[in-house]
Parts: sequence; C-alpha cells; structure tokens
Amino acid sequence: MVRISVAAKDFGDRQVLRAIDFTLGDGEVLAIVGRSGAGKTTLLRLIAGLDRAFSGGIDVEGPIGMVFQEPRLLPWRRTIENVALALPGSPRQPENLRRAADALAQVGLAGEGDTFPRALSGGMARRVALARALVVGPRLMLLDEPFASLDAATADQLRQMVAEIWRQHRVSVVLVTHDVREAMTLADRIIRLEGQPATIAADVTFGTPPDGRNELWRRETLSRLVGTS
Amino acid sequence: MLSLTVLVIGWAVIAALLQSRYLPSPAEVARLFVVELMSGDLLRNVGITLARVAAAAVIAFVTGTAIGIFLGRHRDADRFFDGWLIFFLNVPALITIVLCYLWIGLNEAAAITAVALNKIPNVAVTLREGARAVDPHYDEMARVFRFDRLKILRHVVLPQLEPYLAAAARSGLALIWKIVLVVELIGRSSGVGFAIELNFQNFEIGTIFVYALTFMAVIQAIDLLVLQPWERHATRWRLEA
Repeated sequence: MVRISVAAKDFGDRQVLRAIDFTLGDGEVLAIVGRSGAGKTTLLRLIAGLDRAFSGGIDVEGPIGMVFQEPRLLPWRRTIENVALALPGSPRQPENLRRAADALAQVGLAGEGDTFPRALSGGMARRVALARALVVGPRLMLLDEPFASLDAATADQLRQMVAEIWRQHRVSVVLVTHDVREAMTLADRIIRLEGQPATIAADVTFGTPPDGRNELWRRETLSRLVGTS
Repeated sequence: MLSLTVLVIGWAVIAALLQSRYLPSPAEVARLFVVELMSGDLLRNVGITLARVAAAAVIAFVTGTAIGIFLGRHRDADRFFDGWLIFFLNVPALITIVLCYLWIGLNEAAAITAVALNKIPNVAVTLREGARAVDPHYDEMARVFRFDRLKILRHVVLPQLEPYLAAAARSGLALIWKIVLVVELIGRSSGVGFAIELNFQNFEIGTIFVYALTFMAVIQAIDLLVLQPWERHATRWRLEA
C-alpha cells in the first residue's frame, strides 16, 4: 500500500500542486496524465523522495525502483555494473552481479552485461534502466515518460514487456505520461492532473479491460476521464 | 626522436665551436653521467628527490581533490572560501618554502609540506571546476537508489572528475618537481636540488647538466609510462563499444 498526500507544493511564488491525495493498492498500475507543465513529473519526484520541500506526506514501504525520462546509465560503468549498483554493497560482489544478470535476462538482455552503455541502442538502454529498477525487488515502481523519444515499434515492444513484468511481480506502479492511449493500454487506473496549481481533475479505475479493448470501452473510459459523462 | 637528435647535434656543434667550460659537450656530459652513476650519487639523489615528489604529490592530490569537490558541490562554502583560494594561489612558492622551514624546522616534514602547500590550491581550483560540471541527473539517480556517500563518490562523482584529475596530475607533476628542487636547494642536504647547489658552488657545469637531464628524463618517463596509460584506461568507456 502506498499513501500519497500532497497538501501543497510550491516553487517560490508559483503554486504547483494542491490537495493531491490518493492511495495505491498492491499491484495496482496507476497512470498520471496531464498536459506538459501540469506538475506530473513534480509529483513523481515527491513520491520518489527527490524533493522533500512540500507539505503533506508520502508513505511507501519497501524499496522504490525508478525509470527516468532518459536512461541515466553511468557511461563509465559496464551495463551489468549499472544494474548491480542499485543493490546495497559493492556492484562487483558475486551475489549482486548474479542478481543483476537475472534482471538483465528478464528484460531480454542476457549476455549484454559486459558492454558499456555507449554501445546500446535507445531501446536497449531503456531496458537496462528497467532492469536497474527491477533488481532492487521494488514494492513501487515509478516511471517518468519512459517511452518518450523512442520510435513507435520499439515503444510498443517495451510497453508489452513492462506490462508482462508488472503482472509477474505484482508491483505497484506510478507511470507518468502525456499519452492517454499509453495510459489506457498499461494502467488499471488513471489520474488526470489539471489547473494552476494542479489538482486531481479525474480519477478513473477501470480494472481489467474487456477482451480486445474494444472501441466502446475505450470511449467510455475516455469520457469518464475528461469528465463529460 | 628526430627533433631530439637534431637538438643534441646542435648542442655538440655549438659546444665544439665555443670550446668553453661554460658549455660542456654532449660527450663530456655522457662521461660525467657514467662517473656519477658509478659513484652511486646520481641514483641516490634522484631516488630521494623522486620520493619527495611522490609524497608531496599524494598529499597535494588527496587534500586538493577533497577541497575542490567540497567547494564545487557546496555553493555557500564556495562563495565563502573563494577569496582564500585566490589568496593562496598567489602566494609565491619561495615564501611558502621559507615559512615552512621557519615554522616547522629544517626537516623532511617541512620540505614536503612546503611543496604540497604550493600545489594544493591548483589541484583544488581544477577539481572545483570539475565538480561544478558534475551532471545532477546522475546524483538524482543515485539518491533514488539509495547509494551511500562512498558509492556516490566512487561510482558517480570521481569518474566524472577523471579528466580533471588527469589534467591536474600531469600539470601538477611538472610543477611539483620544480618546487622540490628549490626546496632541496634551500634546506636539504640530499636530492637533485642539493646536488645542483653543490655543483654550482664548485662550478661543475657538466654535472649540473647530468642531474638536470637525468631528472627530466625520469619525469618524462613517468608521464609516458604511468600517467598517459592511466588516462587512457580511465577514459576507455568513451571509446570501447
């Protein structure tokens, strides 16, 4: 269970977030959507503990795995060390290396451990970043527009992969995206942020979609999300 | 190699033309080199000087790097200490040396302290520049994954500083050995600086050449055999696929 309560978050005089309260169940996949500058990434940074200057509280048990907008791999460490570094202790400990190799295998990169990040394609680098988030055995995974700046085919392939991984691990997920379609394919629940300062404009849970995610279901969800029904 | 050969030939020609005791010929210097080598003085003095260079370099690097990283990553401290750094950068080497001998005594500790103190501000300024250029994105990643301080330093910060460390090391070595010679000349009774002082008193210009050339060769060798390979190794991730 993850509890998020942000009464207020400001940058100087600029009010960014107000009254954002929600809880997230185990294994629940939540997408946060909204326009650019709506405060999505700010909220994600608060949840990650990267910014503690706000009123309210974030309650997360267990480790957090995060995937940033850019892969943020250390270019001077080999791929497997980049993953192993997320674990406590030295990245060269055999146990850590073994777990890192497992995580790399899960994202389909077994055998790529010895390369430096420079040699990886954009999609592969994203997968390494995903492996790094997975290796810590997270209770909560945070993803900030992880498929942006990838070509459509690669992005689709990665979406299928993460959906499968989330299902296997029953990890709670907060996914920030500006792409409502992506949110609808991946999430069980969507929160839309809107306004200046941003508040929760819609909070829609739709559980498992019907087979084939048909057009009617899609339209219903969309209308609930924008609040027209 | 060719340019070096031309230099030596030019030296030999000028020395032959002048026939002066103020400019010994390459052959004469080579003869004196063998004499000094056989007596053991050359190796002993070069060894002692190298040990002093090494000790001063290690102290200057560790201290200067720590100060530089601290200032580069803490803006308030940087503003406060910036004036100090400029001040110490501009203290002439000779003053530091004389004051160290006066305050600490005419001993080895004073000699090495004096050299290190001369170099620390340079290292600190170079590394501060590097620490300011550290990418905050990697710091955030490290915080999310709860890296401890040592892990951040070792895997996130220091690798980004490697080009600055290499620059400080190579320019530092050049500066340090020159200051070590002055320190030896003023207050030590061993080392290359002392040997040059002794031969200066006795007008042994050939032996001065022997010491100067030998030591320059040693420093060149360190640069070529230690510093350059280290730099290549440290930056291999930029090149290797």
